[in-house]
Amino acid sequence: MPERKIRVMVAKPGLDGHDRGARVLARCFRDAGFEVVYTGCHQTPEQIAAAAIQEDVDLVGLSCLSGAHRILFPRVVELLREKDADDITVIGGGIIPEQDFTMLYDSGIKAIFTPGSSLDSIVEWIKKNINPTSAEFL
Amino acid sequence: MDSIIKKICAGDVRSASRLIRDIEDKIPEARAKIKRLYSHTGKSFIIGITGAPGAGKSTLTDALITELRKSNKTIGVLAVDPTSPFTGGAILGDRIRMQSHAEDRGVFVRSLATRGALGGLSQAAGDAIHIMEAMGKDIVIVETVGIGQQEIDIINHAHSVLVILVPGMGDEVQTMKAGLMEIADIFVINKANRAGAKQLQMELTSMLNLSSKSAEGWKPPVVMVGDAFKPETFTENIVKLSKKIEEHHIYLQQSGKLTERMHRKAMAEINDTLHACLLEPVIKSLAAGGELEKFAEKIKNRKADPYSVAEEIAQRFFKKENEK
Amino acid sequence: MYFSREMQEASLKLSRKWEDNVQKSLKNNPDQKARFTTVSDKEIRRLYTPEDIKDINFAEEIGVPGEFPYLRGNQVTGYRGRYWTFRMFSGMGSAQDTNNRWQMLLREGQTGLSTAFDFPTLMGYDSDSPKALGEVGKCGVAIDTLEDFLALMEGIPMDEVTTSMTINPPATVLLAMYCAAADIKGVPLSKIGGTIQNDMLKEFIAQKTFMCPPEPSVKLISDTVEFCTKSVPRWNTISVSGYHIREAGSTAIQELAFTLRDGIEYVEDVIRRKGLNVDEFAPRLSFFFNSHIDFFEEICKMRAARRMWAKIMRDRFHAKDPRSLWLRFHTQTAGCSLTAQQPYNNVIRTTVEALAAVLGGTQSLHTNSLDEVLCLPSEHAVEIALRTQQILAEETGVANTIDPLGGSYFIEALTNEIEEAAWDYIHKIDDLGGMIAAIEKGFPQMEISEAAYRFQQQLDAGEKTMVGVNKYATNSTHPLPLVDIDEKVSEEQIKRLKDVRRKRDNKAVKKSLDDIRGACKKGDNVMPCCIDAVKNLATLQEICDVYREVYGEYKDPGLY
Ligand SMILES: Nc1nc2c(ncn2[C@@H]2O[C@H](COP(=O)(O)OP(=O)(O)OP(=O)(O)O)[C@@H](O)[C@H]2O)c(=O)[nH]1
Ligand SMILES: [Mg+2]
Repeated sequence: MPERKIRVMVAKPGLDGHDRGARVLARCFRDAGFEVVYTGCHQTPEQIAAAAIQEDVDLVGLSCLSGAHRILFPRVVELLREKDADDITVIGGGIIPEQDFTMLYDSGIKAIFTPGSSLDSIVEWIKKNINPTSAEFL
Repeated sequence: MDSIIKKICAGDVRSASRLIRDIEDKIPEARAKIKRLYSHTGKSFIIGITGAPGAGKSTLTDALITELRKSNKTIGVLAVDPTSPFTGGAILGDRIRMQSHAEDRGVFVRSLATRGALGGLSQAAGDAIHIMEAMGKDIVIVETVGIGQQEIDIINHAHSVLVILVPGMGDEVQTMKAGLMEIADIFVINKANRAGAKQLQMELTSMLNLSSKSAEGWKPPVVMVGDAFKPETFTENIVKLSKKIEEHHIYLQQSGKLTERMHRKAMAEINDTLHACLLEPVIKSLAAGGELEKFAEKIKNRKADPYSVAEEIAQRFFKKENEK
Repeated sequence: MYFSREMQEASLKLSRKWEDNVQKSLKNNPDQKARFTTVSDKEIRRLYTPEDIKDINFAEEIGVPGEFPYLRGNQVTGYRGRYWTFRMFSGMGSAQDTNNRWQMLLREGQTGLSTAFDFPTLMGYDSDSPKALGEVGKCGVAIDTLEDFLALMEGIPMDEVTTSMTINPPATVLLAMYCAAADIKGVPLSKIGGTIQNDMLKEFIAQKTFMCPPEPSVKLISDTVEFCTKSVPRWNTISVSGYHIREAGSTAIQELAFTLRDGIEYVEDVIRRKGLNVDEFAPRLSFFFNSHIDFFEEICKMRAARRMWAKIMRDRFHAKDPRSLWLRFHTQTAGCSLTAQQPYNNVIRTTVEALAAVLGGTQSLHTNSLDEVLCLPSEHAVEIALRTQQILAEETGVANTIDPLGGSYFIEALTNEIEEAAWDYIHKIDDLGGMIAAIEKGFPQMEISEAAYRFQQQLDAGEKTMVGVNKYATNSTHPLPLVDIDEKVSEEQIKRLKDVRRKRDNKAVKKSLDDIRGACKKGDNVMPCCIDAVKNLATLQEICDVYREVYGEYKDPGLY
């Protein structure tokens, strides 16, 4: 079986433009050998979910620093589910207070990385948890 | 017909994108799918967009989508970006300019990484186009990498090739060098509000007058596209551009050139698939057995010459095929 | 620097002796690291001596406060007459909520107001726009119409307190609301004072709060400059900001260079477009820097900034008024230096950064609250942050003398090095055709991306330290009480907005929006029409939509 390339999307939902983390991550993912689609700032959950499906990514990394994550992150998961694409893993990062973790996990976010998580730890997590499947299994 | 083919032909984005992924990853089963899909392809009009990095290919694609959507045409976009030769990873950055169409069901944008291909596209691009055609897209736009050198793969895949130039980048010379002059059906001067745009237009026009292409009945027009940041004039210019594309389409149909191009495309496809189906497995199997190394060693030490080696390999592999 | 040849020789001899001793000592006690660098990765030498500043001409390059080149400060008397302004950035929830916080801060001794708006307001969207989902009142106050603004200013004496508004793409609208509010309260425009950030270039470079493309964005800025020059003389028209450039991951040198080059771009545009004389408007330009964790580098950056701007104004723009040569600046301690882990450590970081800002001679200061990496600051956390400034000013004695570090071999040498490297950047951007052209080519964005990525890699490799993050990490947590904005804020805000839309005179709104459209198309100053429009209760988004329609919408160009 040929080796499958991991495809990920880095997306910034909401209106905050603090994309330092998102951009650093995108570069780090490229250096880890992933193919990375970056959506840019100011995306609605609808735009993000649609793009994730069109690009057939294995994982969507959401970054939000404005405090709107409690509404926006679950919305992305929900939209993917509506489109039968809940096999796409969604993880989140940014300014996320610990008290929100449970609520986000419950909504279907698979992992949360806050400032201070090392790049390596994120890449490791992805390599361990992401296993691209083929169209066969659709 | 298996369900994934059915779904793709019904326009299902998820199935289409997944199959493109399998093609990219060279999953053997994916080829079988393309075989079954093939009879549904060949109906879309395919536009290639090429030009130096940062020339504005994605910005123009975005604007063209907006324009073409006004007449309800469905659109597929394949945007190719380079794979890093060091890490094998890639940042696919074209999509960002087209994100405003993300929710439009009539538009399907898929990014591809070159994965080592050098001609401005990726190996999977051809089949990705097939898949979009099978989905029933009226138009497929293919944006090349734009590294600026061997950007010629695109003529084997597209019906109309747009070459984007920007004033003040020494583009004219580059154009000649890269052979873009020969492949362009339409020239676009982007960021035409910049100094040097008029001059670039003049130089191009005079070069075109000298070129043999104009004798064939289609003289590539030079379309000036103003500043993408000036909404009114920009939209006007995009309308002009899309009219030129349509004119070219009509020209291709009426002059019989379209069949000629389809033929050229078929030839290229045979070439590519022979490569993928015959050569690649042979090389792979030789490499796996360590034989490739041994052959190289022999050639290096002048114990054999490359032709004899090739013949020996051919005998072995292709005889087997015949006997079967 | 040296007063005689003998002195130089004696000094050099001593230095050589020290170097020998260092070599000997290193054999037994090697250094802990191969490189000693600032947080911006600038290498620092083991020791600085008179040799490092031997070429400095004291009178011309250092001088005294209040004289060219203003390295040591603009004010002749330093902080003795007046401390810097204690200005805490705040805003949350509804206008009413923010007004309550402001009243508290004024009672506690804050001397100026500073407004944080929520993201929909910052981006020119109303609270009921689909884009505003989840964002209303979250990171600042939500303002949709003049009614909200009047609630915000309730009980605030607009002729006494100055207000700073961190607002960029819709700066014209918020300035118009401020003017309209003053008018309604009977305060003449000549009496009001304050600041709008109004710096779009750094948004394209770093913070990504943008609306229209660079060209028209700068045009709108020049409109406000012209309007204030003529009608609101005490208003600080642009706060040219390095803060966000730094937060995006730039080095200190990049922050300095890009900020000053942005300033140059604005000055050029106002002169060219509006035909104003430089001395008519330059005194009302101000700056805004970050104070990061690397203590000396920050002090030197701020000192260099003053000297460079003075040179730029004198030599490039031939300004005559000394106030045009002054680089007045606000400082905020670095949000990006704070950690969510062991958050109480943030108090220490902020203290050190605030001290650097004071020693760098800031005119105004915001100290971050310890919980700001986690959420909006709680009242208690804000109080500690404000007290930090008060302790620095009134207990430590650091404000007793002007530029106490001036003349230090290290400080002067580092100031010079930073300045030189910043000039290189400025010349590079000049060569690219100015800042707008450089932004279109992605130059500053790319430089910052590189620096940010390098820092992150150094952090991951342990070459740089963040206590509690990649060193001395613990599992024990000291949970903080976090401020939470109720989703009700959003519902109520949307209800208020809908009420306004219902009760206002929609014909008058339409007419005033048409007037703005006309002014945009003709290239006229939009400010007078904007004031009319907000008085007619046009919403923030309605006005911004006119800008988007005429000027086009700028979208994130993506990665560099
Ligand atoms: N001033 C100006 N800038 C433009 C224009 N068109 C595109 N740009 C800008 O040029 C930059 C590059 O545009 P893209 O559309 O990404 O160019 P591209 O050819 O697709 O680039 P690659 O895919 O990276 O090779 C972006 O920052 C655009 O905003 C134009 O007409 N005027
Ligand atoms: Mg592109």
